[in-house]
Amino acid sequence: MNRSLKFLIVLAAWCAAQPALAGLSIFACEPEWGALAKELAGEKGTIYVATTALQDPHRIEARPSLIARARSADLVVCTGAELEVGWMPLVQAQSGNPRIQAGQPGYFEAARQLVLIEVPQSADRSMGDVHASGNPHVHLDPSNIARIAVALAERMAQVDPGEAAQYRDRTRAFLERWRLASARWEQEGAPLKGMPIVVYHRDLSYLVRWLGMREVGSLEPKPGLPPTATHLAELLGNLARNPAKAVVRSAYNDPRAAQWLSERAKIPALALPYTVGGTERARDLFGLFDDTLTRLLTVTK
Amino acid sequence: MFKRNLIAAAIAVAFAGPAPAQDAELAKIREEIRQAKEGYERRIDALEKRLAEAEAKAGKAEASAAKAESAAAAGPGRTASDSAFNPAISLILQGTYASTSQDPNTFRITGFVPSGGEVGPPKRGFGLAETELTFSANIDPYFRGVAIAALTPENEVEIEEAYFQTLALPRGFTLKGGRFLSGIGYQNEIHQHAWDFQDAPLPYKAFLGGRLGQDGVQLRWLAPTPIFLELGAELSSGDAFPGSDRNKNGVGGSSIFGHLGGDIGRSTAWRTGLSYLRASPQGRGYEDVDSLGGAVANSFTGKARLWAADAVLKWSPNGNASYTNFKLQGEYFRLKQDGTLTYDDSGGSNVFGAVSDYFNADQSGWYAQGVWQFMPRWRTGYRYDTLRYGTVGNGIVNNGLGPVSADFPLLASHNPSRNTLMLDWSPTEFSRLRLQYASDQSRLGATDHQVFVQYIYSLGAHGAHKF
Repeated sequence: MNRSLKFLIVLAAWCAAQPALAGLSIFACEPEWGALAKELAGEKGTIYVATTALQDPHRIEARPSLIARARSADLVVCTGAELEVGWMPLVQAQSGNPRIQAGQPGYFEAARQLVLIEVPQSADRSMGDVHASGNPHVHLDPSNIARIAVALAERMAQVDPGEAAQYRDRTRAFLERWRLASARWEQEGAPLKGMPIVVYHRDLSYLVRWLGMREVGSLEPKPGLPPTATHLAELLGNLARNPAKAVVRSAYNDPRAAQWLSERAKIPALALPYTVGGTERARDLFGLFDDTLTRLLTVTK
Repeated sequence: MFKRNLIAAAIAVAFAGPAPAQDAELAKIREEIRQAKEGYERRIDALEKRLAEAEAKAGKAEASAAKAESAAAAGPGRTASDSAFNPAISLILQGTYASTSQDPNTFRITGFVPSGGEVGPPKRGFGLAETELTFSANIDPYFRGVAIAALTPENEVEIEEAYFQTLALPRGFTLKGGRFLSGIGYQNEIHQHAWDFQDAPLPYKAFLGGRLGQDGVQLRWLAPTPIFLELGAELSSGDAFPGSDRNKNGVGGSSIFGHLGGDIGRSTAWRTGLSYLRASPQGRGYEDVDSLGGAVANSFTGKARLWAADAVLKWSPNGNASYTNFKLQGEYFRLKQDGTLTYDDSGGSNVFGAVSDYFNADQSGWYAQGVWQFMPRWRTGYRYDTLRYGTVGNGIVNNGLGPVSADFPLLASHNPSRNTLMLDWSPTEFSRLRLQYASDQSRLGATDHQVFVQYIYSLGAHGAHKF
């Protein structure tokens, strides 16, 4: 009795000692949305990022810490397009938080603000882990970020009307900086136009499209399937006829398959940050694009 | 009004144009949108809807392949047909090939009152396991509905779960009602096809009939803390083991549980739990054989109380479970039963007829298992599970009412145990093939060497991975 009472007192004290959440409590499914929310909300937002750049966003579990964080969130910012289908529905169901359920203003899906590419003509899993709504890895095209920023700012204003002006002001300032940076990136990235690359997963498709690169193969035999020896050998054969400049993978991908192909095809293997936190330099969205371009441009030199 | 149309038209034109020309246009449009926002806050929503529609049009124009898309995929003319609201449907296909050194029909966990569940090994040779059909959808903004039907290899349909769950209760509360898997323990709420071994650990088999599914209501509360702290309570009909069908008004069984969980760094996640369950079985029967070989009908009326402690820990490098990961899981159960046992051999040898006296049992069990994914697609695991006979007081024997211990062969003193090894291969998250070997000493004086080959396929809607 005495011990359980003590435990309760300690628990209550510990709960009280937790920092009071000021402003908007934001739960970001992926680091890119955490970084974007930080740009738009500034100090008005308390941001929890559910995953890191070293984790495969397809394969996250609804672990207890995510459920606990979702419980107090005012706004959940996810990619959507079934990227989080394996975990987010469970987190929502178990969070006991009505504000962040699908269809509520507190649940924001970035992919809904855009027209997705690579929408399969039919959704059939014999094609691998395809997303019926299209390719969900939307953040590696600066114009997508801009569009999502506009929609996200409106959503923040809707969820937290008291600070609406603040969100809009910050967003305006962010878009201004973003436009300048985008113009610079497009200029810097010009030499990449037409460059053939091999990717790991089709998570770089928006980047490839934005920079006008050409994807000539992927290490995965089909989306979501790990690289196999047969497929890599076949890919190597194709590269002999139709060479690529680099093998490009994301930070969360296993480096071995890319290394294997790189050595045999005699082309460099590049690891891109993929999202914020994927490399030292990719500390925010600007750093993400800066570093991605720098790394890609090493191939053209 | 005119201005709005103009902007929308401009947007439509801009996005339909070739890609490089878009950006200057885009910037212009964005500027206009922003200006419009200053004064026309209310119009913005409509405008952005139009923007999205224009983009949808542009997107369609971009790729010729897009023409082949169904009209429902995108575009302004999107119509919500009835079928758009169909629930998510998924189907699990399962089957086994079993080879056992003992006859599966003689399976028993000696020393423990049979729990009535389907806890024995599958039939020898090729056999179909339960085919699971799941329907789920949000019912309205307030409720979610889930129904899971098991189509058994005996060509029967069983409702495994059919429940509603609230979506809109404030302050971290969630209410569930209907038939559902109880929140006690760790593995209990996990569906069989997501287990790491072909069958349930011994404590589940002996104390919960494999797992506890019940008709009732469940209230959960999640604390508003960064650490995961969840408390739950359930009221049920209590007709599943260790309870029984009672034909009485009121609540037959109740349970409470608490879970605590969190992360250790980026690589490790954990959860622990404590649970308590009580039930009041009324005439809960099981069949046995007396020392002459005649059939005996035993039945128990009284109280059953179950305590459980569980812990699970998952590790993967940087929290990326795609390549390698490790899962450690263990649970402890203790079941106490107090009441009256009735022994009736009138349907068999008819020596004593029906006699009753006190019966109490205080028994426990635990298991621990580790599963290691050592490379993509491949996992291996080991499980040790055991039961402790504990103390069993049988008044019929102790008070000399006639039947002796030999007339209760199922309650003979025995501490069952088992060692299990498994290897599975999952080409994708939708398919799994498993090889499992177990050396099972559930029966007194006999070791059953079991080899199972199992397949599990998942069709349809993508299931969520429960932690």
